[in-house]
Amino acid sequence: MHPFAYVAPSTVAEAVAELNKHGDRARPLAGGTDLLVKARANVWELDAVVDIKNIPELMTLTVNGSGLSIGAGVPCYQVYDNSEVAAQYPGIVDGASIIGGIQVQSRAGLGGNLCNAAPSGDGIPSLIAHSAVAVIANASGTREVAVEDFCTGPSRTVLESGDLLVSIEVPKPAANTGAAYTRFIPRNEMDIAVAGVAAFVQLDASGKNFESARIALASVGPTPILASAAGDSLAGKPVNDETIAAAAALAKDAATPITDMRGTVEQRKQLVEVLTGRMINKAVERARG
Amino acid sequence: MTTNSPSKVHVTTTINGQQHELLVPGYMSLLDTLRELIGLTGTKEGCLDGNCGACTVNIDGRIVDSCLVLGAEVNGKEVNTVEGMATPEGLHPLQQAFLEEAALQCGICTPGFLVAAKGLLDNEPSPTEGRIRHWLAGNLCRCTGYDKIVRAVQKVSD
Repeated sequence: MHPFAYVAPSTVAEAVAELNKHGDRARPLAGGTDLLVKARANVWELDAVVDIKNIPELMTLTVNGSGLSIGAGVPCYQVYDNSEVAAQYPGIVDGASIIGGIQVQSRAGLGGNLCNAAPSGDGIPSLIAHSAVAVIANASGTREVAVEDFCTGPSRTVLESGDLLVSIEVPKPAANTGAAYTRFIPRNEMDIAVAGVAAFVQLDASGKNFESARIALASVGPTPILASAAGDSLAGKPVNDETIAAAAALAKDAATPITDMRGTVEQRKQLVEVLTGRMINKAVERARG
Repeated sequence: MTTNSPSKVHVTTTINGQQHELLVPGYMSLLDTLRELIGLTGTKEGCLDGNCGACTVNIDGRIVDSCLVLGAEVNGKEVNTVEGMATPEGLHPLQQAFLEEAALQCGICTPGFLVAAKGLLDNEPSPTEGRIRHWLAGNLCRCTGYDKIVRAVQKVSD
């Protein structure tokens, strides 16, 4: 591992200045569960790591009337241990509670999961399904990027040199909404998704019809994918096996997986179809309370 | 590229109840800090990438993989390792139960399992078997299988 300096600024401005000083040879450190593995494997040769955990706004989790704000350094356990988050954002909790084991969840967070940009990032599909937005700071100010546009390829994001993810903002779900995420893995725990699916649905007041839906996929393309056609197909349709099966088939069409050690193209596409049906049903169940 | 070695970080931390002042290279893991700077070699190196849990320690009440923490990050924090479990009066009940249930063979994974299991029982004294297995999913044992380890933890549960 290339020897690097450790700095722990207490403001966003100081952190951005440190990142700018070193360009691509510095990285923000949140949980370190990806960063230190990559540094050790010499994927990244770093001169400095910028620990963001002394910056208050990056460590704050807020749930209020406008939505959920997840600071970029907030670890997974704080997300799933929060009873308000669990009640209002169960799909996000589904993802946060299966990233690594307990030790990893003590450190790793959804911000790091997003910045790591693994196609299999279990934290990302529910953020996409919830229409979450990433807030990014740099020397000239802040900007917002929809989470579905954040990852641009495996381990690649819209972040440029000197950019720092500050928070992930999730709009407050309307009444009669529900969400869910699951993945398929051959083990019970501690594995990388062969395929993953998140669903977010909004029902009408009767609970019998979809008003809108968003479906997002993991591990079946170079980035997590918003399967727009699948979600859009449900708008205005009754909740029944036929409409859900049609959406699941469209999600399957949106998957562009590869064959690798974890699964084949055919298996992954099949998994997307099956898991999409299950997650829509689970989201509907949650929406109906 | 030639660079001067980056400067060391001044760290004040409490380890197993004892305060330590250290100068830690910025890139040094907490695992190496414990083993090489302080001489606490109970914490073991396994996979070095967060899969095996052999290096599990407790920081401020949460279990973590110490290979994925920098020594510099524990400034102002309380770290507890396997060395902090036994007292002069005897072994920690979990350590005693691991012996009685033969929950170890080679012993490399054992400190990590002990610290992880203590992290569970400190907060949840009566976990179900399923909860124990879920909690310990981040710890790998390649000798015993897991039944004896789970039985040992159950023995100490209320």
